[in-house]
Amino acid sequence: MKWLTTTLGTSIGKKLMMAATGLSFIGFLAVHLAGNLTLYGGADAFNSYAEHLHALGPLLGVAEFGLLGLFLIHVFSGLIIFWQNFKARPTRYAVNRNPGGKTIGSATMPYTGLLILMFILFHLTNFSRFFVDQGGTTIFQIVSTAFQNPVYVGLYVLAMVMIALHVSHGFWSLFQTFGLNHPKYMPAINTGGLILSLVFGLGFGFLPIYIAFIA
Amino acid sequence: MTTTEEHTINITLKVWRQKGPRDKGRFETIPVQNVETHTSFLEMLDLVNEKLTHEGKEPIAFDNDCREGICGTCGCVVDGVPHGPQKAMTLCQLHMRKFSNGDVIAVEPWRARAFKVIKDLMVDRSPLDKIIQSGGYVSVNTGSPQDANAIPVPMDVAEKAMDAAACIGCGACVAACPNASAMLFVSAKVSQLALLPQGKPEAAERAISMVKAMDDLLFGNCSNHRVCEAVCPKEISIINIARLNREFIKAGFASEAV
Repeated sequence: MKWLTTTLGTSIGKKLMMAATGLSFIGFLAVHLAGNLTLYGGADAFNSYAEHLHALGPLLGVAEFGLLGLFLIHVFSGLIIFWQNFKARPTRYAVNRNPGGKTIGSATMPYTGLLILMFILFHLTNFSRFFVDQGGTTIFQIVSTAFQNPVYVGLYVLAMVMIALHVSHGFWSLFQTFGLNHPKYMPAINTGGLILSLVFGLGFGFLPIYIAFIA
Repeated sequence: MTTTEEHTINITLKVWRQKGPRDKGRFETIPVQNVETHTSFLEMLDLVNEKLTHEGKEPIAFDNDCREGICGTCGCVVDGVPHGPQKAMTLCQLHMRKFSNGDVIAVEPWRARAFKVIKDLMVDRSPLDKIIQSGGYVSVNTGSPQDANAIPVPMDVAEKAMDAAACIGCGACVAACPNASAMLFVSAKVSQLALLPQGKPEAAERAISMVKAMDDLLFGNCSNHRVCEAVCPKEISIINIARLNREFIKAGFASEAV
C-alpha cells in the first residue's frame, strides 16, 4: 500500500483526490437540486420527496457517511494544497497583473471553498435530521419558516454564488487534473462547467427567494 | 515612417535591489532620461548600468546571455508580468517602444521559495536543473546510428513533441503561477520525451521522479489557473500539463515505478 500513499501524497496525487471528490460533489449537487426542485410542486410534493428519501433507511445513513468521508478528503487535501501554495512564494510581488488565464473562480477557489464549508455546517444545523426535530413538523414547514427570515434568504443566496464560483473553476479543472484535456472536447467541457455553475447557482439560489416572496 | 524616426522617452524604473541572498532587499527608483524606443529592455538596463558605474554606484545585476530569445537565461517580472507586457516574448526581445513617455516601470526578480534571489534581479534557477537530473533524459546506449526510418513517428506526434521541446527553461511559468508551481516546465520536459518512442521505456519512472523532485524542491501545487501558458515566451500549452497528469496516473496506478 506504500505505492498508494506515495502516489496520492505527491502534488498531482492530492489534486487527483480533489478532482475525484469534487466530481462526486457535482453528482451530489445534481441529485440534491433535482430533489429540491420538488419545492415548486408545493408542500405535498416536497414532503413526499423527503419521505421517500428517508424511506431508504440505512442506505441513507451509508450515503451520508460516504459523503462525510469524501468531504473530509476534499477539505483536508484542499487545506494542505492551500498552505503549501501559500508557503511556495514567501515574498509577494509588489505589482500584480493578470496576463490572462486566471478567472474570479480560479483565484477565489480556497476562499469560496472555506465559505462553502462554513455554509454547509450552518445548513446542516438548519435543516438536517441530526439537528432539527422532524417529528412534529413537516420538512416543508421547517423550510418555509426558516426562509421567512430575510437574513437566511440573503445568506443562502450568497452561499449559492460561492458554489457557482467554485464549480465554474472546479468542473473544467477536474478534467484537466484527470488528464482529460483534448482540443476536441475541452471547449465543451469549459462551456459545460459554466452552464453547470449557472444551473447550480440559479437552481438552488432562486429557491429561498421563491419561498420567501412568491410561494 | 515612424519606424525610421528617432523616438526617445523618459521613464522611471522602480527596480528591485538586493545585495545578496540574505539581504532583505528594497525598491530603488531610478529616473531614466532619453531612452531610444529602438533599444531593447536589456539594452536600456545596460545604459542605466553604464551611468550607475560612472557615478560610482553598483550596477543592477540581471541574468542574460544570447539576447535572441532562445537561451532562457534572461527574465524579470516587469509591471507584474514575467518577461513584460508582450506576449510570447522573452525579456531580451522586448523593446522600449512598448512603453510610453512618463511610464513608471516596476522590475522585480522571479519570486518563488524554490528560486533564491542571488542579487538584485538574478535568481538561482538550479532547482529546474535538479528536476531534469531526476529523470528528464533518455538512457541511450552509444553505437552506430540506426536507419532514420526504423522507428516511425507520425508527423502530428513529432510536432507535439517539438512544441513541448520549445521550452527554454526560463522559469517564467513558476514566476507567473499564483502558487509558484513548476508544472508547466515539468510537463513540457516529460511530454517531449513521453511522446516519442525513445522516451517511452523510461516514461513511468520519469513521471514519478520528476514530480517528486518538483515537490521536494518546494514548488507549489498546480491549480489550473493557466497564467503559466499566458506568459510562456514559447507558448507551451497547458495541454502538456494534462499529458503529465496522464503519464503520472499511468505510472502511479498501472506501472511498477512506485
